[in-house]
Amino acid sequence: MIKITVCIGSSCHIKGSRQVVEGLQNLIAEYNLGGKIELGGTFCMGKCQQGVCVTVNDEFYSVTPDGVKEFFETAVLEKV
Amino acid sequence: MRKFDTKVQHLKYKVLREVARLAWEDRLLENLMDVPKTIVPGNVPTTRCCVYKERAIVGERVKIAMGGDSHNPNIIEVIEIACDECPVGGYEVTNACRGCLANRCEDVCRFGAISFDSNHVAHIDKSKCKECGACAKVCPFTAIVSRKRPCQNACKIKAISMNEHKAAAIDNDKCIQCGACVYQCPFGAIMDKSFIVNAIDILKKSKNQDGSENYKVYAIVAPSISSQFSYAKLGQVVTGLKTLGFRDVIEAALGADMVALEEAKELSEKGLLTSSCCPAFVRYIKTAFPNLVEHISHNMSPMAVLAKYIKETTPGAKVIFIGPCTAKKAEAQLESVKPYVDTVLTFEELQALFDSRDLDLASLEEGVLDNASYFGRIFARSGGLTDAAAQAMKEQNIDFEIKPVVCDGIEACRMALLKLNKGVLDGNFIEGMACIGGCIGGAGCLTHGEKNKAEVDKYGREAFEKTIGDAVSLLK
Repeated sequence: MIKITVCIGSSCHIKGSRQVVEGLQNLIAEYNLGGKIELGGTFCMGKCQQGVCVTVNDEFYSVTPDGVKEFFETAVLEKV
Repeated sequence: MRKFDTKVQHLKYKVLREVARLAWEDRLLENLMDVPKTIVPGNVPTTRCCVYKERAIVGERVKIAMGGDSHNPNIIEVIEIACDECPVGGYEVTNACRGCLANRCEDVCRFGAISFDSNHVAHIDKSKCKECGACAKVCPFTAIVSRKRPCQNACKIKAISMNEHKAAAIDNDKCIQCGACVYQCPFGAIMDKSFIVNAIDILKKSKNQDGSENYKVYAIVAPSISSQFSYAKLGQVVTGLKTLGFRDVIEAALGADMVALEEAKELSEKGLLTSSCCPAFVRYIKTAFPNLVEHISHNMSPMAVLAKYIKETTPGAKVIFIGPCTAKKAEAQLESVKPYVDTVLTFEELQALFDSRDLDLASLEEGVLDNASYFGRIFARSGGLTDAAAQAMKEQNIDFEIKPVVCDGIEACRMALLKLNKGVLDGNFIEGMACIGGCIGGAGCLTHGEKNKAEVDKYGREAFEKTIGDAVSLLK
């Protein structure tokens, strides 16, 4: 099981954490990985400058709404 | 500039600030007894008969600032020695009575309580008077006045009486902790227990000795904050909170968004609902209208719903709610809410907390605060919850016509509940807020101004997310 956590604190929210969450939800559905990936939210990871903050099994990534697909393909798929 | 409505609030604030200062420095127990003299220096009294009485009262305020009497379950406490034992005479004839011929007062009194002396001046027989006030209304010289204590006047549910020492006494079974008496007592003799020392303890222990993080502390702030701290920007208040040691600041309005969706569903299913956001209103129904309890929405308040989410997604986290409300302090002690909310502060207490660390908010960088939608944010003012519930119906395609009865102030709530009880309520949803104007009128607010509603609406419009669904979609 891979755990992806997206920061939904104010700072990341304004930088587009909703779009990141939606993008990830779509990709997880597209690749049919609902049973293997757990998507969750948390408030503030303390790295607001690098938002949108995302962790994959506690490994930190900085993701933009436009870069969700690339992030998913490089950082997530290889771990599945 | 710090802003307070009254000198009473300012005095309360000074005590809280001093207690907080000592608590940060771990000197509270050691220097506790010095606080009264720090607050009341010199030997010229300014508020009471002598400095010794002033200091004794400050001593009582210190106790309440540190959590108050642990044997008293009520959040609201009377400081007996600060109570000025105001007149409780009820309706009295003043010397403005000119001894006229019309004698409308006598005519209108249904209890035969009015008589006249040899100068034709009216007198009220207290044994017959029922305090209806009819005589005062008809007197052409407004010579008849009601001498009622401000606290009793403020307490519309009649939980305040006089004890054997003539001091105010609160009936804990009736009291709903709305704090109206706290704000209205001109002598500051009624106070809400403060948990500012607990909050400081939580913040201090969140960091290990080496500066690393022991646990995360989150501040949930009520949307009415937009009408407070007007000397600084909201973003600066957020930075101030983070400087105090909070990991992040989250809008209670996001909890309100969550509640709005659920409450809309529940209303359409049950067909009749009373709101559950205001803890004082909920407690009022439970104590005064027990047979209406079934109509109370089963949703927890926005504070509790959001705190639950935080605790479930971030194990080990602590949550401190900051708002305008004294009743929230009692709500946080309910068994159903206790696991989620660690403690509650008011805006008054937050101001003291900032100043105990000498934080100059206006000079700080601006942080961001944006979690909720417009609709979650306007919960802070009367009518907002209803607007949000209607919007939530629309967003969820629920076909149900809301007929809201919007009540602010416990008296308006009482009228609606009486009608509901009699089956003559013209509506299917009671939005009940114990404070006039809604939460922006809360007893724990620093200021209670005319413009506060406009401030809340403005803050609402600035929300990044425009719909409730979008704001809440993040949480899934």
